[in-house]
Amino acid sequence: MPYTMSFTEDTTPTTTATKLSVDHVNMTFTRDGKATPVLEDINLEVREGEFICLLGPSGCGKSTLLNTMAGFLQPTSGAIRIDGEPVTGPDARRIFVFQERGVFPWLTVEGNIGFGLSKLPREERARRIAHYIRMVGLEGFEQSYPNELSGGMKQRLEVARALAVNPDMLFLDEPFGALDSITRLVMRGELLRIWEAERKTIIFVTHDIDEAVQLADRVVVLNSRPASIQQIVEIDIPHPRSLSDPRYLELRDGIFQQIGLAHKV
Amino acid sequence: MSALSTPRKWEQYFWPLLACALFLALWHYAVLWSGTRIFPSPREVERGMVELIHQHVLWGDIADSLRRVAIGFGAAVLLGVPIGLTLGWYPAADQVVNPTMQLLRPISPIAWIPVSIILFGVGDDAAIFLIFLGAYFPIVVACINGVSNVPAMYRRAGRNFGLTPAQLLRRVIFPAALPQILIGLRIALGIAWLVVVAAEMIAVDSGLGYLIIDSRNSGKRYDLVVAAMLLIGVIGLILDLAFRRLERIKSVRWGFRNAS
Repeated sequence: MPYTMSFTEDTTPTTTATKLSVDHVNMTFTRDGKATPVLEDINLEVREGEFICLLGPSGCGKSTLLNTMAGFLQPTSGAIRIDGEPVTGPDARRIFVFQERGVFPWLTVEGNIGFGLSKLPREERARRIAHYIRMVGLEGFEQSYPNELSGGMKQRLEVARALAVNPDMLFLDEPFGALDSITRLVMRGELLRIWEAERKTIIFVTHDIDEAVQLADRVVVLNSRPASIQQIVEIDIPHPRSLSDPRYLELRDGIFQQIGLAHKV
Repeated sequence: MSALSTPRKWEQYFWPLLACALFLALWHYAVLWSGTRIFPSPREVERGMVELIHQHVLWGDIADSLRRVAIGFGAAVLLGVPIGLTLGWYPAADQVVNPTMQLLRPISPIAWIPVSIILFGVGDDAAIFLIFLGAYFPIVVACINGVSNVPAMYRRAGRNFGLTPAQLLRRVIFPAALPQILIGLRIALGIAWLVVVAAEMIAVDSGLGYLIIDSRNSGKRYDLVVAAMLLIGVIGLILDLAFRRLERIKSVRWGFRNAS
């Protein structure tokens, strides 16, 4: 269905397996006896190997949703299942990537990437570390400490640390938010390259409409406080995506309007 | 600041040396003009220092002081670090123990001297106990703060990679807290060096503290008193500088302000 915009709530085709399902999830935070609803009736199905962007303004609750998917928070009601099993806590098969601040400053690049590999035999461990150092382009920095690296390098290091344990899902929480706009653009390309090589299921939280449309198979647009799904936009443009492609601009503008932003500065 | 305004090599040494020379001159003329017969001039102290160095007791005194600090401080590290890490790890336990600890903490080790003598008699053990007390609390407090200040992100990342609580403590919490723990140890070592002098004036008959009190009691040798004081300052400075070298180890350097 080229050049039509899909506003359907659920566009899951039956051809690939469902990786993650979010079923009527509600979340309420209680502070000082006051209940604040944060997530409201979230329903979402994510296919194996899919790249999903959760898009919404800062503080809308999209990070909370990501944290419940990753098992760091329990929803107040509703269920989250991965491979059919309810999520009860964090799991090494699904790695959460923070902004670059999540790398361990007391370990070298090698130490960070090998962090989740302590159970492997020494040779296999060294082989994997070398593989992911190459993949994220940190050759020559094996013995460097994170505070000797730039922001973009730290971010790549954290992605490499996550990939090294061979997870089947990655959760990325505004991973490029702290980078300058040029580095951010480069990092998007790198992430897509890695995703195409490894085909992990990726849930990527962002407040940047362009970023979402550039990266995702589907963009989940969230309302603000309490977060609920406003629409799910299928981005039917093959990679690599041209940023001046009329379809790209059309989809981007559609989301701009959906969020209620004037399109002029 | 621009590169041009950083001090040149000779200036880095010149001004501090000048300040030191001015201090000695001030001291010299103050002694001269006041006409005191008790307080020694820098020249007399220098002669006292030479005399001390030629008497072989000085090296024994230094060794005794250092030995007491090593044992007292070492015991405080061995006991304080595990206790501090545990209390930081279990905030519930910390809440139970903390008020009592906060009450004991401001009591100067000097105030413990009578208790220490009742417990250990006059001797080495009493002095070591005082040093231990002085070093113990800063170490425990630094460990508690170090552990509770570990960013939640690091704990989460550790849990995400499937670490057991014991592994999390060893591989994430401890290295993340280590820079703050080192600062606490350095403060504790400084206090231990302060306390040893006081303890040796009362409980024992060797060490630099004893040297001071003995020089005064046996013939009012204030030149030796001041010489011993200066020695205490120099050794304390050396201990501190030596400890600071630990901060340059790469796996903790990120936690210090001058980290590059």
